[in-house]
Amino acid sequence: MVRREAIVDIMRCIDDELVVCNIGFPSRELYDIEDRERNFYMIGSMGLASSIGLGLALAKPDEDVVVIDGDGSLLMNMGSLVTVFANNPKNLTWIVIDNGAYGSTGNQDTYAQVLDLVDVARGVGFENSYRFEEVDLKEIIKSDEASFIVYETGPGNSKAPIIDLDPVEIRDRFMDAI
Amino acid sequence: MMDSSEAVFDGLKDAGIDLIVSVPCVNLSKILNMIDEDEDIIHIPVTREEEGIGICAGAYLGGKKPAILMQNSGLGNSINALKSLTELYEMPLLMIMSHRGTEGENICGQVPMGESTPLILEAMDFQFFKPGTPEGAYEDILNAWDLSVEEGKPVSVLLEIKYW
Repeated sequence: MVRREAIVDIMRCIDDELVVCNIGFPSRELYDIEDRERNFYMIGSMGLASSIGLGLALAKPDEDVVVIDGDGSLLMNMGSLVTVFANNPKNLTWIVIDNGAYGSTGNQDTYAQVLDLVDVARGVGFENSYRFEEVDLKEIIKSDEASFIVYETGPGNSKAPIIDLDPVEIRDRFMDAI
Repeated sequence: MMDSSEAVFDGLKDAGIDLIVSVPCVNLSKILNMIDEDEDIIHIPVTREEEGIGICAGAYLGGKKPAILMQNSGLGNSINALKSLTELYEMPLLMIMSHRGTEGENICGQVPMGESTPLILEAMDFQFFKPGTPEGAYEDILNAWDLSVEEGKPVSVLLEIKYW
């Protein structure tokens, strides 16, 4: 089981939700699996997927926002767990694909290997902190609380190509679709 | 003579800013209180400035006009995000910075970053304003937001110690 299969699983539950996807292979794989105008692909700024998702969720309270993040990126912006929890945007679902590795840079180990990220989020205060296999993702997306979900996989990248969209094109079509 | 904090707040309001992220500075405290009392502005205190740059980007995608209020030290904490997110996607962002380490500073720890702040902004090719009076600050904030929209880049207003 690798990240690509996790993204396929997640996208099975996505209809008209806004999706913010982590930089590197996660965005490349999402683009390859199911490109859509309502996907925002990060091309830079590792760590900020959940922050972008929070800003979007607060700006658009009537839209459901799903963030596809990674363990290495979460570790780079741990403060976001606190800010998202404290603001509790009811329309935000934050999924961390935890493969224990910096996948896009050659699968170096992350410290997430010695952590249980579900417990970390519970420690911050998230009552809605789950393992992916324990829940019905669609139900969580529609729930009236911010949720944190960990999808554990092994490391590994697919052959997904580099995204051939200009960043401004990604921005414009995303904004036009909202 | 306008009040220095009210001038900044009025500038933010008249520029149409409706989402603000912040890390506090003692010189910004009155403005932050005014923002908290304003029902039309979403205010999100953040744990670190870089996180705030991400929130502002997401808010802009959702149709908001975002600004960050912080000390100039926060510029150092945000550099990559300002380039690899805000500028890369050509998004506007108004940055209101309490510029510490300037004339009248009494904490030596503020001086190195304070002296380098304008040089860092120049190196990043980001424009900035340095108003000397509240009236100037009000005008500069309106112009900074317009310029930021036009350029698709962050534009800063630096408020030195002597401004207050």
